[in-house]
Parts: sequence; structure tokens; C-alpha cells
Amino acid sequence: MSALLRGPLAVDPLFLGGIDWTVFLIVVVKTIVVFALLLLSVLFYIWFLRKVIADMQNRVGPNNAGKFGILQTLADGIKLFFKEQSIPDGAEKPIFRLAPYLALIPAFIAFSIVPIGGVVTVAGHVTYVQLVDVPIGILVLLAMSGVGLYGVMLAGWSSGSKYPLLGSVRASAQLLSYEAAFGLSILAVLIQSGTLSTRAIVQHQVWSGGVVAGAQWHGWSTLGQWFIVATPIAFVIFLVSAIAETNHPPFDLVEAEQELVGGFLTEYTGIRFAIFFLAEFMNVITMSAIAVTLFLGGPAGPGLGFLARNGWVNAWIVPVFWFMAKLLLLLFGTVWIRASVPRLRYDQLMNFGWKYLIELAFLWLMVTAVIRVADDQQWDFVNGNRGLTIFVVTVAAGVGAALVYGVLMLCIPRGDELASIEEWD
Amino acid sequence: MGALSGFRITLQQMFRPRVTTDYPNEKRDKPERQHGRHVLNRYEDGMEKCIGCELCAGVCPARCIYVRGADNPPDAPVSPGERYGFVYEINYLRCIHCDMCVEACPTEAITESKLFEFSFVNREDAIYTKRELLVDDDGRARRQPWELWLGGEDDETSAWMRATAPSGNAAYEGKVGWSGELGFGVREAELGQTATFWDESKAAEDLHTTLLESADHHERDHEREALADTEDETGAPHGGGHR
Repeated sequence: MSALLRGPLAVDPLFLGGIDWTVFLIVVVKTIVVFALLLLSVLFYIWFLRKVIADMQNRVGPNNAGKFGILQTLADGIKLFFKEQSIPDGAEKPIFRLAPYLALIPAFIAFSIVPIGGVVTVAGHVTYVQLVDVPIGILVLLAMSGVGLYGVMLAGWSSGSKYPLLGSVRASAQLLSYEAAFGLSILAVLIQSGTLSTRAIVQHQVWSGGVVAGAQWHGWSTLGQWFIVATPIAFVIFLVSAIAETNHPPFDLVEAEQELVGGFLTEYTGIRFAIFFLAEFMNVITMSAIAVTLFLGGPAGPGLGFLARNGWVNAWIVPVFWFMAKLLLLLFGTVWIRASVPRLRYDQLMNFGWKYLIELAFLWLMVTAVIRVADDQQWDFVNGNRGLTIFVVTVAAGVGAALVYGVLMLCIPRGDELASIEEWD
Repeated sequence: MGALSGFRITLQQMFRPRVTTDYPNEKRDKPERQHGRHVLNRYEDGMEKCIGCELCAGVCPARCIYVRGADNPPDAPVSPGERYGFVYEINYLRCIHCDMCVEACPTEAITESKLFEFSFVNREDAIYTKRELLVDDDGRARRQPWELWLGGEDDETSAWMRATAPSGNAAYEGKVGWSGELGFGVREAELGQTATFWDESKAAEDLHTTLLESADHHERDHEREALADTEDETGAPHGGGHR
């Protein structure tokens, strides 16, 4: 992996030959296309969500705007756009106005690091089908999901009203709690790949070793290198904490209608309201796209063998197709969860996050790290057999991790003990 | 499965038939005698049935009907009688669709269609005048732009009348006691409320048996006597053992 780290891995080949007008234009077009793609995905996702949930509840769902109601979201958006926007008297007006954009812009920036396709040639320039491939890719994601939290928090705080404030307090507590498990589950992948660049992570899952290139498919055997196989538990933890990060059901306590009216959204109307929803659904899509990148090999997938290996179909269409297919699968998962699981109670949410998810993520990280070291150092102290050594080390790490977890669980006070602690005050 | 069984259930439901319909494009069948938007009927020769008697306006509990009658012009009569409904208005912001106007009407002029999907966007549209209420030359309701007509909501506008016997006399059930309608002619009598099935040849016998049993059950002698009278009049065959 050190070879990967030394190489010019996080630079889009677009910039290697210097920057001229063509390069600039390509970047601008890429930005617009990715933004449009994300907006269209949100339109599609909301329609998809409503249709699938309708199916699961034996209903028809939206059916009147456009064919199969596919323009329903657009109609809702237009309606909201032309609605009156009210600002409460007690609101901090500049922050109240700013908050929706604080939620929206990070959601978009986070998506820009996602590799959507392979390597293509545009007007003589070789480039990635990806907006940017920053060397600190995953850190951008973490930073942006952190900034996105400010949008929710400031929205609730600046509304000058009770329920929004409660919603935003919940939001900060929840997002901080799950940020930890979220980061730890990503770390498990980073330990495996040895890089922060999203493109390099995808490349590692497709073909370990060698230079970073497009997401070229190297046969079905590379399926085993997808990180969902290497760190399945990290995948589950990532999904759970990503759903919590995006305030998606069953973790949508921030806007729990039955308890908080609309949570941080209560005082928002019109287009600002729409922007919050746009940001929320953008986040869901972004998180799913990141999950595809980290665990499911990104745009990697078998190409069309009868066509030229580097022809336009195999370079442009096929990787994007595989990326979209995997994305759709995960998005269906989010809808499925939304339809199946009731919302958590607030103490359940905190218990689950702090007492189980973070511990599990930590312990899994330890096991992953031990395996990684055993592999890198080429340990073979068990009968001189490396495979057997790794197995033994893994079991030992697992047992050790379980022991640590057990001790931790013993240390955490139970509900009745908590009550007695309160009496001391 | 325990806590995860919800996932199985939701997935199963995806493959079950839907309980809702593709609504604005496809409507569910409505109850046979649903009270919907009114129509003013016409006779088969095109004359209006309304005689401007204002009984509907008088009986209306919501006071939503406004009627003014006028003498028929001798050279061009609007209705067959002496007078006709000169003004006829129903305010649908007040109407509660109780159907009492239909019950009160002596000439079956006003009846209700099955349409309830009419979402006017201003108060003027809410007040239906004769121009909107009167059926057209095919005997169909005049469809307003804000009404969602689909299928046979104006096929059977007079269903209520044909459901019960004229004058509430059960023995007349199944007999035609109403005038013809423009575009539809004289309607057939419907399946009654006392008969379980309708067969022209057996109807009278079944009806008689049913009514006698009912009378036995309630031990109301005067009903029996009344029935015995109607038997002779209508010539219904005597049910064996029911003397």
C-alpha cells in the first residue's frame, strides 16, 4: 500500500498537462453536470421513495403529475417556490436565512468526491468521471457532514421558538453521537485501503497494487476485494450511522412530527423549507454513494466483452451504469428501512449509539487493525503458516475485543443505578 | 426474525394486490343510491319535469335551494303542467346532500347523480343555476369544467325512487310507478329491499311469502288483513299453508 501512497494518486490527470481554457471549461461542465445529476437524483429518489412505500402499504402512490407521477416532486417544488416565506418576529433573521444554505451546500460538496464512472477522454484530455479527487477525500466527507449539522442546529436555534430549538438540540446530540461510529466504520476501510482518496479506494477494491487508473474491471475474482467482504461489520455500522447522520427514519427524531411539530423545520416555509428537504435527501443520496464507493467497489463492474475495452460504451456507460445500479440498491434499502422500522425513542437512540454502536465499531476497528498488521508484517509464528496465523490472530483479537466489550458493559450503570446516582446530587 | 420481522412483512406487501385505485383515472364503483350533485330531469319529449312548486325549497334543511315558479307561456310551454320552474338554484356551499328535496318532489324533477367530485374555486361556481342543473338533450348531466366526471355517475340519477315502492306501500314494490326520462325512457323496476333475488315470474309469490312471514313474526294482525286485501287486488298466488 505504501506504493499507492507515494504515487501521484489524488491528482486528476486532467491537470497534469497544465491548465488552459479547455480544462477550465471541462471543470465547469463537470460541476454543472454533477449538480444537475444530484438534483435530478433527488427528484427521482423522492418519487421512488413514495412509490415503493406505497407499494409496501398496498397503495398506488403519486400518479397524477407526469407519467406514473414522476413529476410529483417537481410539482411540489414549484408549489413551495411560489409560497409565501414567513420569518418569525423572534427569529435571528440573518442566521434564519442562512441556515438552509448551510444545510444544502455541504450536501452538494460531499457528493463531489464520489467517483461516478471510470476514466474518459474529453477533447484530448484524459479525466475522471468524478468532480474532484481530493487527496483527503474522505475527510472532506466527514467535514461536510459536520458542517451540515450547523444548518440544522442554527435553523432550530435562530427560529426563536421552542420546538425548533428542541429539534436542533436533539440534532446536535444525535449527530455528534453517531459521527463517532460513522468515522470509526470508515476507518476500518481506510486501514484496508491505506488512502483517503475516494478514487484510490475504489481502485483498491478493483485491483490491488499498480497505479491508480479508472475503475477497470478485472474479473469476478475481484468481487472478494470489495470492502463489504473484507469488513462486513463496518459496512453495517456505516449504514446505520449514515442513516442516523442523515436524520432518516428510524432516526428522524430531529423532525419527529408527533413530538416536536416539525422539529427544526417548524418555522420554515416556502422555498427555504424545500431547501432543507432537498439537502436532507441529497445527504441520503450522498451517503449511499459513499457507501457504494467505500464498500461496493464504486463504478466497478463487468464490461461488455464484445465491445472494445476502451470504447466509449465501456468507458462512459458501463461504469456509470454499475455505479447507479449499486446506488439504487442502497437507496431501496433506505426506503425499505423507512417503511419497516418505527422511530426510536430518544433514550433508545442514545443507548444504541453510545453503548453498542460505537463500541462495536471500535472493536471491529481493532480486529481489522490486527489483521492488517499481521498481514503487513508477514507474521507466520503458527507452524510457519501465514493463513493460519492470520486466522489465529483474528480469533484472538475477536475474543480480546469481546472481553473488553464485556468489561465496558459492566462499567456502564444500568437504569436503576442511574436513578440512585441522581439521588446523590 | 424477531425485531427484523418488519422487513419481511413490508417486502411481502409489495407483491400483494393494492387496495386503492389509480384514482383520478379510475374510480371505484359507488353505492347504488349515493347522494351526489343534483340534476333537473326532463320528460322523454324534452319538457321539463319541474313545475315550480317550491316543495324542495320548503323541505330543504340547509335552505340551499331557491325556486321561483312562473306560468307556462301558452305558445311555448316549458313543462306539461300549468307552471314551470322559472328560477332554480342550489347553493353547494350549503347543500348537505340529504336527498329530502328528491323525496319531496312530486314530479321526480330533481334527483341526485353520484358525482361528488366538484371542486369549484369561487362562490359563483358554487351556486348551480338551472343552466347547470338541467340535463342536456341526451338526458345527461351538463358537465362543468370543475367537475370530475368519469364513468357512469349520471347513468342512474333516479335510483332512490326505484328502490322503494311508491307511497311507501311495500306491495307495490317492483312495479313501475314513475315517469320516463329524456334519453333513458321509463326505467325498469329495481331489485327491491325485501326480495333476495329478482325473477319476474316468482317475484310476487316471493314477496307475498316474505311479507306474511314478517307479519307472523311481528304478530300484527292488521298487517295480515291488509295483505289479504291486496292479494285479491293484485291477484298474487296464495302461498301454501299461509292462510
